[in-house]
Amino acid sequence: MSEQNSSEAQAALAGEGHVAGGLPPHDEKRSVLNRVLGGSAGRSIGLVIALLALFVVGTITAGDRFANVENVLTIIRFASIIGVVSIGMTFVITAGGIDLSVGSVLGLASVVATLSWVQNFADASNWIVMVIIALAVGAGAGLINGIVIAYGNVVAFIATLAMLVAARGLAEVLANRTTQIVRQQGFLDFFRGDILGVSILIWIFAIVVLAGWFLLNRTTFGRRTVAIGGNLEAARLAGIKVKRHMMYLYVLSGLTAGIAGVMMLARTTAGTSTHGTLYELDAIAAVVVGGTLLVGGRGTIMGTVLGVLIFSTLTNVFTQNNLSTSVQAIAKGVIIVIAVLLQQRFANRASRK
Amino acid sequence: MINVDQGMPLLEVRGLTKSFAGVQALKGVDLEVLPGEVHCVLGQNGAGKSTLIKTLSGVYQPDDGEFVWQGEATTISDPVAALGLGIATMYQELDVVDGLTVAENIFLGHEFARAGVTDRRRTSRRAHEIMTRLGHGTISSNREVGTLSAANKQIVSMARALSHDTKLIIMDEPSAVLDSEEVKNLFRVVRELTADGIAVIYISHRLEEIRAIGDRITVIKDGRTMATNLAVAETPTADLIRLMTGRTVENVFPPAVPVAADAPVLLSVKGLALRGIFDEVSFDVRAGEIVGLAGLVGSGRSEIMETVYGARKQTSGTVEVDGAPVEPGSVRAGVHAGMGLSPEERKSQGLILDEPVYRNVTLASFGRWARLGFLNERTERQVARTQLEGLELRPADPDRPARTLSGGNQQKILLARWLVHGTRVLLLDEPTRGVDVGARAEIYSLIRSLAASGTAIVVISSEIEEVLGLSDRVLVVAEGRVIHTTDASDIDEHGVLDLVMKGSAA
Repeated sequence: MSEQNSSEAQAALAGEGHVAGGLPPHDEKRSVLNRVLGGSAGRSIGLVIALLALFVVGTITAGDRFANVENVLTIIRFASIIGVVSIGMTFVITAGGIDLSVGSVLGLASVVATLSWVQNFADASNWIVMVIIALAVGAGAGLINGIVIAYGNVVAFIATLAMLVAARGLAEVLANRTTQIVRQQGFLDFFRGDILGVSILIWIFAIVVLAGWFLLNRTTFGRRTVAIGGNLEAARLAGIKVKRHMMYLYVLSGLTAGIAGVMMLARTTAGTSTHGTLYELDAIAAVVVGGTLLVGGRGTIMGTVLGVLIFSTLTNVFTQNNLSTSVQAIAKGVIIVIAVLLQQRFANRASRK
Repeated sequence: MINVDQGMPLLEVRGLTKSFAGVQALKGVDLEVLPGEVHCVLGQNGAGKSTLIKTLSGVYQPDDGEFVWQGEATTISDPVAALGLGIATMYQELDVVDGLTVAENIFLGHEFARAGVTDRRRTSRRAHEIMTRLGHGTISSNREVGTLSAANKQIVSMARALSHDTKLIIMDEPSAVLDSEEVKNLFRVVRELTADGIAVIYISHRLEEIRAIGDRITVIKDGRTMATNLAVAETPTADLIRLMTGRTVENVFPPAVPVAADAPVLLSVKGLALRGIFDEVSFDVRAGEIVGLAGLVGSGRSEIMETVYGARKQTSGTVEVDGAPVEPGSVRAGVHAGMGLSPEERKSQGLILDEPVYRNVTLASFGRWARLGFLNERTERQVARTQLEGLELRPADPDRPARTLSGGNQQKILLARWLVHGTRVLLLDEPTRGVDVGARAEIYSLIRSLAASGTAIVVISSEIEEVLGLSDRVLVVAEGRVIHTTDASDIDEHGVLDLVMKGSAA
């Protein structure tokens, strides 16, 4: 009840600020607050606070071991691979879909790109061949998902679950259950290097985030994505090619899984069918904690980035304090539930008129 | 036959009122049902029939009024209480669970069970007894309901009603899903029930059915009982239609503007058919003309409109816009050719409720201002704002979520969407559903002025009065066929209903 009152008080304050500025009339007070809190920036404030809180906890418990530039970069690098996957996932979920196959597609891409003939071919030409192959595998798997879902009318959950199982199996067959070492030196030199002291993996993550943000918020592709997630039937009746767009979305998600596969090769210097196991769940958790609605219609790239960073910071804080991964898993579960509960409160407030 | 003077009524309803969020759905309904009679409730769409049924079955609580059940004043606090009294309801949408067996459906919610374990044998035996009583003992009680026809599902639904100690069964348009042979069977079952002293409240549009099965009639209109306890045999059809439609209408419709004789045909539909839904639909609409499709729910009118638009794919026939054929079954082609649809269900089919108004307005055309795929939101907002100012949207704030606007203003968003797109053929399905009376007049004059500016318009409404008031020409649709075409000024509500009911009987 006191929370209720304080939110009313905030509303009044926010309103007064605007009236002083000579802007909206009385009856828009609430809507201004709602718009701020309901806007993507407002929804992210809670996440930023959570992230800062984790930093405070980390600094108190682990002191200098936690609070230094090196460690912060480690946190971000740790977040980068799952982060790239989560950006693709953000699009799919915003449109009301789901992609469970990203983890095993990542693994498959890492295996195909490190097959000996691919590496030989790369030796003979250029390491970029390995990258192109990995991206093509990711996009190809996504295309199959997309066709089955959009044109075969198979529920996304099932279609991508099938791909999850099948891609993992195919990766095992191709790699013969072995770990394929990356021996292509040019590839390793580039991807294990850094620019301005910042790992290439972090740069890739940053570029994918920026591109994702533009794509979702500034392009017709993004508008269609939100429209389809918000009301598929209305989008269809307004003349949007809903099926084709759905297909593209899964290609996009597969593509980000392929990029993540390349990043994984760089980090581990090996391709194996077990890469990316359970990444789909981490990605979905990050997207949902970030504020993208699981039913579609609202997506936020910044929220997803914050979601990924929260989880990787959490892991780092736990590791620095030598706490078990089991306790960490419990904390993760609690965070997911709290974040979604908070989201619903905001959502209710925004729609209450 | 029953004797009206004899015996105590099973149910008496007096002065029932009910309102929702300020809209009064029932303004005073009286009803009296005798044991063993088939009491028909007659009324147009929106007259309050559904609300009445839901109040009787305990789904809604009335604001005022009283129920007298077998001589005692009572209240019906929830659906369980209604069943406890002996009132069972068969809803229009078949409410059976496809994945369960016939027996499980019949005893759903009151299974024979001991410590939570169901007694399958007893359930099955009792179910078979009830089905036999309904003359359908041949349907195995262990059969999955999903494998049954609509007619047999209805029998299961009726069997469920009888599985309680039922004295009154409410049937909401039970014939809507049945063919004529199945209707005969339904009537036979109804007669057997009434012979056992069970009363039936029978809701239907179809006068012929009411003549065939009903004993007495109550007519409701605008949430009020207009006449009650009319003996079916002694009441002429003309009287019933007058009671259903009666009112003199205040003149909310803008005057029609005569269509120029040389106005080009913008929309031409030729021999359009969708198997099992409608057949041989042909009509032209000229620039500046408003053509109305009049017919009841289920007549095929919405499907015709959706097929013209490309949201459904016709089995035969062509649609031409401005003389050029449109690719069948492609909304995109329809939109590209210059058509725009304002769908029947504004919220679930028309708007993205959580998105701002301006994005709803530009939903069909945002790509036009984009460069290399990058949106130009400034222009979008400007175009939307200008258009919405022209339509006097209130509040005139393009950034508000569409959800927060009233029905009339949401309708304006949809009109704005197609105006912005430059649409020349507008298809309007129920343009004033959920729009209050004041805003309706505004929507009407908007539609009329769109026509005056050279748009070809097709309009559908459940309210016949609205179709007639708004249109230049009217096509009467019944059972998937256009049974009559006429100038709107040459026909009245009476005439349309008369045609529709004759058409439906065929």
